[in-house]
Amino acid sequence: MLFHQYASPKIFYALAGTLIPWFAVVTLALLGYGLYQGLFVAPPDYQQGESVRIMFVHVPAAWMSMFVYMVMASAGAIGLIWNMRLADMAATAAAPIGASFTLLALVTGSLWGKPMWGTWWAWDARLTSELLLFFLYLGFMALQAAIDEPRRAARAGALLALVGVVNIPVIHFSVQWWNTLHQPASVSSINKIGTPAIHPSMLAPLLIMAVFFATVLLMRMRAEILHRERHTGWVAELVKP
Amino acid sequence: MNWSEFFAMGGYALNVWGSYGMAVLVLAFNVLAACRRVKSVRRELEETTRLNQAESE
Repeated sequence: MLFHQYASPKIFYALAGTLIPWFAVVTLALLGYGLYQGLFVAPPDYQQGESVRIMFVHVPAAWMSMFVYMVMASAGAIGLIWNMRLADMAATAAAPIGASFTLLALVTGSLWGKPMWGTWWAWDARLTSELLLFFLYLGFMALQAAIDEPRRAARAGALLALVGVVNIPVIHFSVQWWNTLHQPASVSSINKIGTPAIHPSMLAPLLIMAVFFATVLLMRMRAEILHRERHTGWVAELVKP
Repeated sequence: MNWSEFFAMGGYALNVWGSYGMAVLVLAFNVLAACRRVKSVRRELEETTRLNQAESE
């Protein structure tokens, strides 16, 4: 009942409006802390030297690129199965954010790879599948932009996103399945008991990007709600001059 | 701590600052793009409301 209520675009619009400033403040505070820790406090690595600081951006960005994709695909599936408009809007809103995280992971990886591996880019499994993820995001956005009717755009996008989910385990396990240049995971959901699932130094930057994602997702969802609900009475009431 | 040493990043200045710069760009892009989207949707809505009103008058 309660869940159903928050799934109403009108109520969610108001709720998101209340939450956004709080999320923004938390993001800014964490960002300040994270930059201080990452640039000043963290010691240089014994092998990588100061370039290890790139990892505080690269690892969470790469993790988020996959996480946001799963959010987008799950939202798309919910919209497809239960015909829930709010879920469709969440999928549409998540795509450009996910694409930007993917680009960040690729660029920072390249900037780190040049001094450490001696190359900006290699066509190895991890890098190639991450690049494919970037194209999946772009494909999702292009497909939705090409279809005028919102319901059909949402359905087509959701199908594409769901087919693309196959790429996520490929990215995650690429470092185990193939002999790659890329090193094993720093953040892992599947691991032996007793070993931490995440390298502790990556926890703070990951949290920053997650809260940031929530903030901009809510902002974009509010815009989507207004756009998709523009023919309803409550939106007309809202924009009345 | 020495500031010039800090900015030199042990010889990885371009890579480290490039990465953090890119991160700042991505964060800024997301906020600006979201704000722009909100604005354009609202403008579009106000436009249609105005047209509807003009029609009904």
